[in-house]
Amino acid sequence: MTEPLWELTAERAIGLIGGGELSAEELTAAFADRAGNDPWAAFLAIDREGALERARRIDAATERPPLAGVPIGIKDVLSTRDLVTTAGSRILEGFRPVYTATCVERVEEAGAVVLGKTNMDEFAMGSSTENSGYGPSRNPWDPDRVPGGSSGGSAACVAARQVPWSLGSDTGGSIRQPAALCGIVGMKPTYGAVSRYGLIAFASSLDQVGPLARTVRDTALLLSHIVGHDPMDSTSLEWREPIVLPDAERVDGLRVGYVEELMGEGVQVGVRTSVRAALDRIEDLGGTLTPVSLPNTEHGLATYYLIAPAECSANLARFDAIRFGAAPPEAGGLVEQYERARGEGFGREVKRRIMLGTFALSSGYYDAYYGQAQRVRTLIVRDFARAFEQVDILASPTSPTVAFPLGERTDDPYSMYLADVCTIPVSLAGLPAISIPCGLSEGLPVGLQLTGPAFSENRLLDVAHALEAAIGFDERPEGLR
Amino acid sequence: MSARQSYEPVIGVEIHVQLATATKMFCGCELSFGDPANTHTCPVCLGHPGALPVTNARAVELAILAGHALGCTIAPRSTFHRKNYFYPDLPKAYQISQYDEPVCLGGEFVALTPGGELRVGITRAHLEEDAAKLVHAGPGGRRAGAESSIVDFNRGGTPLLEIVTEPDLHSAEDAVTFFKQLRLTLRQLGVSDCNMEEGSMRADANVSVRPVGSQELGVKTELKNMNSFRFLERAMEAEIDRQIAILEGGGKVTQDTLHYDPDSGTLHPLRSKEEAHDYRYLPEPDLVPVVPDPAWVDRLRAALPELPVDRRRRWMAELGITFEDAEVLSESAELATYFEDLAARVDPKAAANWVRGELRAQLRERDEEPWESRATPERLAGLLELLDARTINVPAAKEVLAELIERGGDAVAIVEAKGLGQITDESELDELVARLIADNPEQAQQLRDGKEKVLGFFVGQAMKATEGRADPKRVGELVRDRAGV
Ligand SMILES: [Zn+2]
Repeated sequence: MTEPLWELTAERAIGLIGGGELSAEELTAAFADRAGNDPWAAFLAIDREGALERARRIDAATERPPLAGVPIGIKDVLSTRDLVTTAGSRILEGFRPVYTATCVERVEEAGAVVLGKTNMDEFAMGSSTENSGYGPSRNPWDPDRVPGGSSGGSAACVAARQVPWSLGSDTGGSIRQPAALCGIVGMKPTYGAVSRYGLIAFASSLDQVGPLARTVRDTALLLSHIVGHDPMDSTSLEWREPIVLPDAERVDGLRVGYVEELMGEGVQVGVRTSVRAALDRIEDLGGTLTPVSLPNTEHGLATYYLIAPAECSANLARFDAIRFGAAPPEAGGLVEQYERARGEGFGREVKRRIMLGTFALSSGYYDAYYGQAQRVRTLIVRDFARAFEQVDILASPTSPTVAFPLGERTDDPYSMYLADVCTIPVSLAGLPAISIPCGLSEGLPVGLQLTGPAFSENRLLDVAHALEAAIGFDERPEGLR
Repeated sequence: MSARQSYEPVIGVEIHVQLATATKMFCGCELSFGDPANTHTCPVCLGHPGALPVTNARAVELAILAGHALGCTIAPRSTFHRKNYFYPDLPKAYQISQYDEPVCLGGEFVALTPGGELRVGITRAHLEEDAAKLVHAGPGGRRAGAESSIVDFNRGGTPLLEIVTEPDLHSAEDAVTFFKQLRLTLRQLGVSDCNMEEGSMRADANVSVRPVGSQELGVKTELKNMNSFRFLERAMEAEIDRQIAILEGGGKVTQDTLHYDPDSGTLHPLRSKEEAHDYRYLPEPDLVPVVPDPAWVDRLRAALPELPVDRRRRWMAELGITFEDAEVLSESAELATYFEDLAARVDPKAAANWVRGELRAQLRERDEEPWESRATPERLAGLLELLDARTINVPAAKEVLAELIERGGDAVAIVEAKGLGQITDESELDELVARLIADNPEQAQQLRDGKEKVLGFFVGQAMKATEGRADPKRVGELVRDRAGV
């Protein structure tokens, strides 16, 4: 084998291990070496020894688990027992959880080997990973550009072949947008598909865990092991139809609607061109294209920036640096303790959203802000329901732009928020969506977002798989050529 | 008319009861009282990052049971909210509580009083979790002046049902009556053990006063920290007096939260987290709505046992026992069952007297309860039949009862074995009386002179001579005859 081991997709690696041509330990060591050299700052922590130990145990076991010891990166927002978990925040510096998130437990039981925790915007708030309390990650396609966010580390580490796949979390686009900016596949499942137990909450009614990988089939394989009801999360859903590995080559009869509102001026020309080209491939594969309108999409951002901060203001209230995480500051009394711990422990964006949310929930303002946002959210849900009466899936760009330079938007929160304009409405509606790379613009990857009705994961994966082959995206970051 | 009489108190209460579940409201931790601190905790009740609550189904069931007993409508769908505030006893910095969609709505609770019925409207009953327990180290054990405070999370997350009444109570006494009968009902349904000392039942009261005849509500104050019936009554009395004094002095009552200090018997405005008013309620996104199966709700209602108030009413009407008897005998479901069993066999009034009186008195010394005693209703009925047939007298009956309690057995056999049967042979008694009069001429003369008290002397002598087997009533009659009174 001349190809380096870290070029392997998970599916191929599992095949080789199954055929006795490769051990889990060899594979893990190869990826661990690559992850150990991390100019992209994709990882916050790497557990090389622990990963190798788990790989050896899988090699020694009589029965090989389905994921066969393939390494995985875990977004640092997911609780991992005894492995430092910070959610990208200084307020949780050094925090070693006493339990492991259900989805991580499930992939570990299936035989994936956790190699490390990936960098992210603090508490998943951001679209560039620049809000990490531990410094930004960099885009493997151009180290002076952001990898997207908030699961920027989880996207960068896959694009950089430090792991074949990873878990991220998506609240308003946090899996799909960095996947798009890093030229990989990322999927946000239907709200409730994956247990949130152990996912450090940002906005509970929107947060959802999902896979990132280099191929649609790897994405499907990882997803198949994390979906399903968890007694520890009463909002998690019973998953009756198992996720299967997609093998469709055509999409005959598929009705695809492209979202008019997301193909216009706010979207970079290069992105539009690339997405249009991908839409043409749908017709080549036997599908039909229709323009579809989601009239309330324009209110998506405003709605999201009331609901998410409101929920985050309650979710983040527990961080007081008393019971876990960073050492408590010296303080004269209880109130001063809260003020100093939270004042020093949280970054600017987190504080901004806590303030927004606290205000939106305040007595006398609740109905005008949070209440109104919930009503608009219902309208957005209806937009999608109406669209799915006409078409089977919706297509749009994942991000209005390609990866932007580090520092470009850090002083302008609103321009940063715009990065999620295509993904947020889908999150508000709780729908599944996948982003696949569909071409380059200015030498940087462009993502195509496909959205389906609730529980349409298998169909979305099939379409994405067929398109992936038709598009034939085989570009790679310069350093990896 | 005194000032007190020209005002009518208006009282509504909020009662928190700890539900008798095995585990906490939103996690699997065991409920305990008195265990070492922080031994019943998990990521959920400690509010660790990423942990999620899951509603305890048994708590919902108990809330529905309580709702049925309170005559409430059971909401087909109820939801939880987050009540946000920062305090060390609240690890998530919000309490999960039902807010605008509680599980039980709009009922009425009827309590019986010696004078009739006390009807109290129930506004709502909702589920919530308790806060953890703060222990203040330092002199006084209070927050003020404490050197440090430590937190015991064992209590954190305990399931509570908060019952809110309409302002339908008009005296501290009525409030206590309502409270006691509500407690009895909830205990008998197994909803809560309502142990006030352990804090599994707590009450807050909203108190206002208004001139008699007025329909408007006065400014109310909220009284907290009343953890016994005695304190509850005293605090309300003190507050009613305080408000009347303010109004009589031309002042105005201010809307305060007051804390009752049982040591001084006075009320103090509360300075604590309670002052923070904006809880920024937020629908709890981590929990699905509680949507109980209507058939199950109906089954729970159908399976509801007879409530204490209905039992009391029935006893008074059908068994002819007094309010006081009914009240005492329905104190617990076990006692009520014991009494009903006995009352079905003998005269209910006699049954009530003996259970309330001698049986409980004798058992108290042994620290036993009637329903766990060897003196079963069947055995006690045998004894009471002998008494009714005058086979034995009361002192003998008490002796037989002691034997029944000690060893069980059959009253008839005990009477025979101990020779406790009354002398039924008239001539034997007559002879004895004649001898007593002959032996005590002085006392006989006093009796003839009208000194009725001396009759007791002769009865006593007769009882002594027969070792208690004489019928004292009959002896008295015979003495009168013989002495020619
Ligand atoms: Zn617990």
